[in-house]
Amino acid sequence: MDIFGIPHQALLSQLLLGLVNGSFYAMLSLGLAIIFGLLNVINFSHGALYMMGAFAAYIGVTSFGLNYWAMLLLAPLAVGLLGILIERSMLRWLYRFDHLYGLLLTFGITLLLEGIFRSFFGVSGQTLDVPEQLQGATDLGFMILPNYRAWVVAASLTVCLGTWFVIEKTRLGAYLRAGTENPKLVEAFGVNVPLMVTLTYGFGVALAGFAGVLAAPVINVTPLMGSNLIIVVFAVVVIGGMGSILGSILTGLALGVIEGLTRVFYPEGSEVVVFVVMVIVLLLRPAGLFGKEK
Amino acid sequence: MNKKTAYVLALLLFLAAPFVAYPVFLMKLLCFALFACAFNLLIGFTGLLSFGHAAFFGSAGYVTGYLLATSGLPTELGIVLGVATASLLGLVIGALAIRRQGIYFSMITLALAQMVYFAALRAPFTHGEDGLQGVPRGRLFSVLDLSNDLSMYYVVLAIATAAFALVMRIVHSPFGEVLKAIKDNEPRAVSLGYEVDRYKLLAFVLSAGLAGLAGSTKTVVLGFETLTDVHWTMSGLVILMTLVGGMGTMAGPILGAFIVVALENKLGDVGAWLAEQSGVAWFSALGESVGMVTGLIFIVCVLLFRRGIVGEIALRLKR
Repeated sequence: MDIFGIPHQALLSQLLLGLVNGSFYAMLSLGLAIIFGLLNVINFSHGALYMMGAFAAYIGVTSFGLNYWAMLLLAPLAVGLLGILIERSMLRWLYRFDHLYGLLLTFGITLLLEGIFRSFFGVSGQTLDVPEQLQGATDLGFMILPNYRAWVVAASLTVCLGTWFVIEKTRLGAYLRAGTENPKLVEAFGVNVPLMVTLTYGFGVALAGFAGVLAAPVINVTPLMGSNLIIVVFAVVVIGGMGSILGSILTGLALGVIEGLTRVFYPEGSEVVVFVVMVIVLLLRPAGLFGKEK
Repeated sequence: MNKKTAYVLALLLFLAAPFVAYPVFLMKLLCFALFACAFNLLIGFTGLLSFGHAAFFGSAGYVTGYLLATSGLPTELGIVLGVATASLLGLVIGALAIRRQGIYFSMITLALAQMVYFAALRAPFTHGEDGLQGVPRGRLFSVLDLSNDLSMYYVVLAIATAAFALVMRIVHSPFGEVLKAIKDNEPRAVSLGYEVDRYKLLAFVLSAGLAGLAGSTKTVVLGFETLTDVHWTMSGLVILMTLVGGMGTMAGPILGAFIVVALENKLGDVGAWLAEQSGVAWFSALGESVGMVTGLIFIVCVLLFRRGIVGEIALRLKR
C-alpha cells in the first residue's frame, strides 16, 4: 500500500522516528519551560546536561558494569545533583540582574562541559547497546515496530504526563505555580522559595539527563550532541511559548512528527523544517502557539 | 589624558604595529575587533542580545570569497556585495526576531542563524566542509596591490577605523540616544511616541552590515572562508569578546577581541608549557579545547566582571 507514492512501511517508520525525536524535544522543552517559569533563566546548558546523561549511561554501563535500567535511574540523579550544584554556586547570584546574564552563564557552562568531555572522548561517537529486554522488533501486522523506539516514546510520554500531573494537580505543583506567579507572596506564606528554586532547576535538568539516557542507544553519543539539539529545542520553545506545560509537550511531539514526515517527502529540508515552522509561527502568531501576548 | 588623545595614541600604535608584529595576525585582530564593535552596537547600546551574529559575519565572507575567487570582480566591489548580503540577511532576520522580546529574541536569532549555517553547509558554492579556498586579494581600485601584507594591513586599518568612527557617530547621534532610551526602558520609549520596532530594526541592520564588513575583510585577508565563521560558536565568541572588554563601552569590544583572539592563538603554547611544568599530559590538549577555556572565561566574567575590563576601569576613574 502506497501513500503519496511512498510505501506505507517507510512512512510509518519515519513517523515513529519522528515521534522518538519529538519525545526528546518534548522532555527538553518541558524542562526549559519549568525552569524559565520559576527562575526566569533560559538554560542553555540543557543540551550539555542531556549529553552528560547519555555519557553517564555510557560510562556506567561500559566502565562500572551497571546495567541500562540502573543508569536510567542513576544518570538523571547525577545530572540533577550537578544541576543543584550549578544553581547553588553560580546561577543564584544572577537573579537580581538582567535575564540575559543567566543565558550567558549557562552558555559558558555549556562550552566548559563540552570542552571537558571533548578532551577525554574526542569528537567521534560512542555507542551504547540496546538493553537485551528491548532488543528486536514486534510485528504489528501493518508495520514492524522496533521495541526500543516504542519504549522511548512510552517512557518519555509517561514522564512528561507525570510531570504535568504533579504541576497541575497536586499541592506541590500548586506551590510551584504560585511561585511562578508571585514568589514574594509565596515566601510570605512560609514556603522556602529558594529551596524550591534549587529543586526545580535540579528536576528540570534531571529531565534532560533522563532524555540523554533514553537517547544513548539510538544515537551516536558525542560531546556535541547536546548543542546541536538545544538549538532546535529553542526553536520549539519559541513556537510553543513557555507559558503552558501541556503546550510544550504537544509542540515538541508535533514538531518531531513534522520533521519525520519531511524526511520522507523532502529529505533535504528535514534539518531546517523546525526553523521554517518557527518563521511561519512568528509571522502569523508572534506570541507562539500557547503563549500569551504581553 | 582625555579620550581624544587616547584614540590618537591608539591609532599611532596601530600605524606602527606591523613593523613589530606579524601583519596577518594584526589584520585578524582588527577584523575581529570590528566584528565585536558591530555586535556591541546591538547589545551595548540597544540592549538586544543577538545569538546569531555569525550568520552575518560568515555569509558576507562566503559571498565576497566566492565572487573574488570566481568572477574576478575588483576587491572593493566584492567587499561591498558581501556587506550588502549581510545587511539584507540582517533585515530579514531582524524583522522576524524583533517580533518577540527579551530572551525569545536571542533564541530566534540563534535558530535563524542555524538555518544560515545549514544553508552554508549544503549550498554547492561554499564547498561544504572543505570551505572556500584560494580567494585572491586582488588590487584595490585596480591600483594598489593587496598581495603585499603591509599595503593590505593599512587598507584593513583604514576600514576598521572608518567603521569604528561610524559606530561612534551612530552612538552619539540623536538616533543613538533613542536606542539607549529603548535599552533603558522600552515601554517609556514607546509612550514617548517612538516607533521602537523601526529603531530596533535599523540598529539590527547596521550591526549586521558592519559584522558583514568584518567577515568580508577577513576573507580577503586570509584568502579562505570556512564553516567556522557561520557556526554558533562564532556567535558565542563575539559575545565573549564584547563581554570581556565591556558591553556598552566604545573601546571595550576592541580590547576584548584582542584578548580572545590572542588567547585562542597562544592557548596551544600555554597548554604545552603547563604540561611540561606539571607533567600532566592532559594539558597538552588545551590547544584543541579552546571551548573549555572560553567557557571558563564566560563564567568568570558573568559572575564577577559584568562590566568588562573597560567598564570596570571607567567606573574606577569616575570614583
